[in-house]
Amino acid sequence: MAEMTMVAAITVALARAMQDDERVLVLGEDVGANGGVFRATDGLQARFGEERVRDTPLAETVIAGMSVGLAAQGFRPVTEFQFMGFIYPALDQVINHAGRMRNRSRGRLSCPIVFRSPSGAGIHAPEHHSEATEALFAHTPGIRVVIPSSPARAYGLLLASIADPDPVMFFEPTRLYRASKEEVEDNGQALPLDVCFVLREGSDVTLVTWGAMVKETLAAVEQLEAEGISAEVIDVATVSPIDFDTILASIEKTGRIVIVHEAPLNCGIGAEIAARVAERGLLSLQAPIERVTAPDVIVPLLRLEKDYMPGEKDIVEAARRAVHFT
Amino acid sequence: MKVHGTLDMAESFSSEMNVVTRGNELRSGPEAGAERVVAEFEIRHRQYLDASGKLVADPPAFARDRDTMVSLYRAMTLSRIFDAKAIALQRTGQLGTYPSSAGQEAACIGYASAMTDTDVMMTTYREQPAQIWRGVTLTELLQFWGGDEAGSNFSGPREDFPVAVLIASHATHAVGVATAFQIRKEPRVAVCALGDGATSKGDFYESVNVAGVWRLPVVFMVINNYWAISMPREKQTAAQTLAQKAIAGGIPGIQVDGNDIIAVREVMNEAMERARSGGGPTVVEALTYRMGDHTTADDASRYRREELVSAAWKLDPVARARSYLVAQQWWTKEDEEQLIAQCRAQVDAAVTEYLKLPPPSPTSMFDNLFEKLPHSLEWQRKKYEGSR
Repeated sequence: MAEMTMVAAITVALARAMQDDERVLVLGEDVGANGGVFRATDGLQARFGEERVRDTPLAETVIAGMSVGLAAQGFRPVTEFQFMGFIYPALDQVINHAGRMRNRSRGRLSCPIVFRSPSGAGIHAPEHHSEATEALFAHTPGIRVVIPSSPARAYGLLLASIADPDPVMFFEPTRLYRASKEEVEDNGQALPLDVCFVLREGSDVTLVTWGAMVKETLAAVEQLEAEGISAEVIDVATVSPIDFDTILASIEKTGRIVIVHEAPLNCGIGAEIAARVAERGLLSLQAPIERVTAPDVIVPLLRLEKDYMPGEKDIVEAARRAVHFT
Repeated sequence: MKVHGTLDMAESFSSEMNVVTRGNELRSGPEAGAERVVAEFEIRHRQYLDASGKLVADPPAFARDRDTMVSLYRAMTLSRIFDAKAIALQRTGQLGTYPSSAGQEAACIGYASAMTDTDVMMTTYREQPAQIWRGVTLTELLQFWGGDEAGSNFSGPREDFPVAVLIASHATHAVGVATAFQIRKEPRVAVCALGDGATSKGDFYESVNVAGVWRLPVVFMVINNYWAISMPREKQTAAQTLAQKAIAGGIPGIQVDGNDIIAVREVMNEAMERARSGGGPTVVEALTYRMGDHTTADDASRYRREELVSAAWKLDPVARARSYLVAQQWWTKEDEEQLIAQCRAQVDAAVTEYLKLPPPSPTSMFDNLFEKLPHSLEWQRKKYEGSR
């Protein structure tokens, strides 16, 4: 057992996967000697060689496309995009090929690829470095979208994503990379995909969130508790396909739901959760569904970053509104 | 064509590529001025058969072998007859939108016949002759173009990719497949066939670039049929040839008469051998012509004059191969009649089999979405159970 940050846990998971399975390759821009722009692949090339930890030319389309080719040949590429805003040139490969290869070949070829990318705002980065566009990918059939929210879950979910036989978009909240440390046992144990994690049980309101906003949500829970409000916290983790059963079971108990995400409101994953709750859980609700999200604007540069991101206060207020609704 | 620039992979170029690199001497020379030649490149064109099927150069050994040449010609003829039938099926509502491969038989079978079964092919959607050569059945081709993904789960080499409808996107896959071969130290080659329009896309440039840097066992076969839907070749790029697009990636490029089955196969043999023996990638540009519409949904008369098509028919690759066989006294009128009858029977049998195929089950939409359908999607699949 060792205490480590999320980014360190990711490195440890990558090393574990590479050691346990020769088919696992790491590729991307600057992932070799440089260890990746966030150092998530630090030391891997020295340990596993240039063949398996491969610096690629600066070209996102072919990086994603070669991952499809490698995966169809039986390798398990773990491919890094430097920032979420840099993925767009590769969307064609992710959506049209990685997500469809199994279906279009009727199972003859498949794409067990993990596309890793930092995601989200809050680290004072330049333009295009702060996006949280997981909903774009969640709308796409044939790929999983996984977002860890702690070092231990990053370790277990990354191992699960690498072991998974299908493509996974693995979005790592940059704000959490070095935000805190946690005990992580490098035991090779994967966590389950496609299930939500109930981080905290409560009886008055269900707070549903994922990724970086888990931190603010847990902080909000402390404050709510001081006010006598008992909140249940669900970390969705696999945002596509979502485990709605866990969310619906929770609102049957609490009767109230606040959905929290850093991404913009319009057509965010919160919209889908709200719709499902309305379809299948309406009669459990004692208050309108609340959403706490970023506004429908372009992620601002660093001066307005804090104003843009939803915060603890917004979550507390939304939970209060839900609980005190009459 | 001469291009000036440095290239340190000159030793990997075949004798076809007359590359002169003299940058180092010039850079260190005392006479160096403000501007100097640092490298030169040439793009060569290869042809053995003229339009009438006469030899214009000493051909490779395989062209002297009757059985080889007849088998190539048979496949070209079968492809041509299949193609006409597929269009007829579409016109009568029995097939989906279909892209005719007429005119590209030599280009397709030329490269496909230079491959082994363990090589991996990634093609665009107008490559039915290559797929037929590789062992994809006519029924499977009809099944795919008839609107059932199961047609891509074909009898051809199992690692070959389904045809790429998205232009140039599969060039990047060829890079990945070739990287896999290189890592496993396997003497296999990835072949990516794509069109003239595809060479305008970033996917192609990015792929050529990586292939050059990593010296990958891959051949990019550019089937230049002059048309990208309505866009003629000269409106696609100002480049003098498409083969020269290799140069920027530091790899050899060569142009070949794509309607000359001997030339395509031979140039491809050389490129495959270079790739297989560690010599790295090649861009081959095969000059041919799209005889038909872009697809059955297209009407080429809106943008191209009929005289262009009639002129192109004079360069017909199938007739050219037949003329060669006849000139070698390897092929008689009876042989031809017999072949046509055999091909028609084979195509008719495939059509009968295709028309008898059951429609895919609606639940099959879910069955290969993931290896195992996630629990949260099971209720959606259930809605389609027994829906037909």
